Amino acid sequence: MSLAKPMVAERLERPVSSRGHSMQIRGLSAYYGAKKAVDGITMDIPANHITALIGPSGCGKSTVIRCLNRMHEVVRGARAEGEVLLDGENIYGPGIDPVQVRRLIGMVFQKPNPFPMMSVYDNVIAGLKLNGRLDKREADAIVERSLRQAALWDEVKDKLQASGAALSGGQQQRLCIARTLAVEPEVILMDEPASALDPISTLKIEDLMQELRERYTIVVVTHNMQQAARVSDFTAFMLAGDDRVGRLVEVGPTDEMFTRPTEKRTEDYITGRFG
Amino acid sequence: MSAELLGQSRGSSHQGDSLFERSILSLAFVPVGLLLLLVALLWYDAWPALARYGVRFFTTNTWDPVFENFGAAAFIYGTVITSLLGLVIATPLAIGAALFLAAYAPEWLQGPVAFTIELLAAIPSIIYGLWGFFVLAPLMRSTVEPFLKETLGAIPILGALFSGPTIGKDLLTAGLILAIMILPTITSISREVIRSVPDNQREGMLGLGATRFEMIRYAVLPYARPGLIGAAILGLARALGETMAVTMVIGNSSTRITPSLFTPGYTLASVIANQFTEADKEIYFSAIVALSLVLLLVSLVLNVMARVLVARTTRGPLGVRN
Repeated sequence: MSLAKPMVAERLERPVSSRGHSMQIRGLSAYYGAKKAVDGITMDIPANHITALIGPSGCGKSTVIRCLNRMHEVVRGARAEGEVLLDGENIYGPGIDPVQVRRLIGMVFQKPNPFPMMSVYDNVIAGLKLNGRLDKREADAIVERSLRQAALWDEVKDKLQASGAALSGGQQQRLCIARTLAVEPEVILMDEPASALDPISTLKIEDLMQELRERYTIVVVTHNMQQAARVSDFTAFMLAGDDRVGRLVEVGPTDEMFTRPTEKRTEDYITGRFG
Repeated sequence: MSAELLGQSRGSSHQGDSLFERSILSLAFVPVGLLLLLVALLWYDAWPALARYGVRFFTTNTWDPVFENFGAAAFIYGTVITSLLGLVIATPLAIGAALFLAAYAPEWLQGPVAFTIELLAAIPSIIYGLWGFFVLAPLMRSTVEPFLKETLGAIPILGALFSGPTIGKDLLTAGLILAIMILPTITSISREVIRSVPDNQREGMLGLGATRFEMIRYAVLPYARPGLIGAAILGLARALGETMAVTMVIGNSSTRITPSLFTPGYTLASVIANQFTEADKEIYFSAIVALSLVLLLVSLVLNVMARVLVARTTRGPLGVRN
């Protein structure tokens, strides 16, 4: 199995039902220039489940999630070491094209970032347009399907030609999710997807995540422990030491982590003693 | 007692506030007042010519102080052609350079190159003029223009732009020197505009599986477009008003309007600079002032347009909150 281009095309042809993609992180360290931000993360991300990364500010959880689709390295001077496997294949391996990695591992960002100069419609198919060849009927179908999956169709079906920036904050974030779904990734990374949103929009995003779990493997970073407890199946707790380098403290099924954590530091954080 | 003190101090500071507000308000009107005064004086001096020649002042190209026939069409034409030529040559180069600096150049290269570009913008125009006169114009006459005439000159219709004797001091050379002069302005503003595109736009496009080129093409350039247009218009405004360097390379001899870029021409600014000391008759002087009024109004309109466009980008287009 290779992430080189022909194999990617083959993967994308596969029917959705046969999907189920897991990831493994093996000894991942990340740097900004000479400064180490994250050290030696090793954990598994099971297929068709939601894995939450929690921890106080500055613990490196956003850095870790950005390493999972090679988005970390687009920051000037940033680099990563170690292995991240998608279905057993190292996305940091030699000859792997980061552009193809990002096609397969989609990302939703903290702040809604629709393309303001594009319509709602064009925002959804932006990723597909990159690959060219898309007839109108096909595009219409993909736009409707993606917006329905993102629970946004009913709210925007009459204003598909309006600017993506004309929507409310919560709608913009669901538009960004629809845009990610349109390219049919295997894994979806969400970096604090609801932190800039009001409580009702947050609830909508959380409900949406539950539905998307049927089809996708999801990793979510959140600073909100209640949110992690509500939405996730597995939780990883990270903490930065005195050297301000983030490390994984423990990872496990969410209900165990929140009821009987094995580590004292996890318990302290979860019960609100710090952070 | 403390309440009294509080009330008192609040009262006095409130008085100070309004005094301060009124004084800075009047300061803010100083530039506005100066501009209105300038236009009014130009209008006053230009009026005899404008009243006597009317629309003919803008539509005819005779400029004959002896028989008192004044028409600015050739100068307006020369100004517009050389400025647009400069803009057309400079804009693609400037945006390319700005993209390289903002998106591709390694950090150690960005600072020095950006600094050099800013420095280019600060070179006095007489230096560009001297260089144009002694280096560029002879080169154009001996090499570039004969080459253009042989290659592009053979094409029907387009060839008309490159016909006639190659003199070296003409519209093309003036346009080229303007392009060189406005290149740093457009580059440095474009660079700022491109840098101000939020990272989340870039990452949003990369996250969909875009290459770096696709990210620039579909996320960065559309977002930056109003600002880039603004940068180009600011460059155009500078080209319109540029006097010294253009005067030295444009030829200053002909009031003919012909399609060939090899025609020696004249711009509004260079006529004013060359002839205001010779204006011995009142109507001659008035005609020259009228030229400056035309130039001022054209520059004003373009500057206002540029500002509106740039403001739209920095605030974020279409109501995005960033």
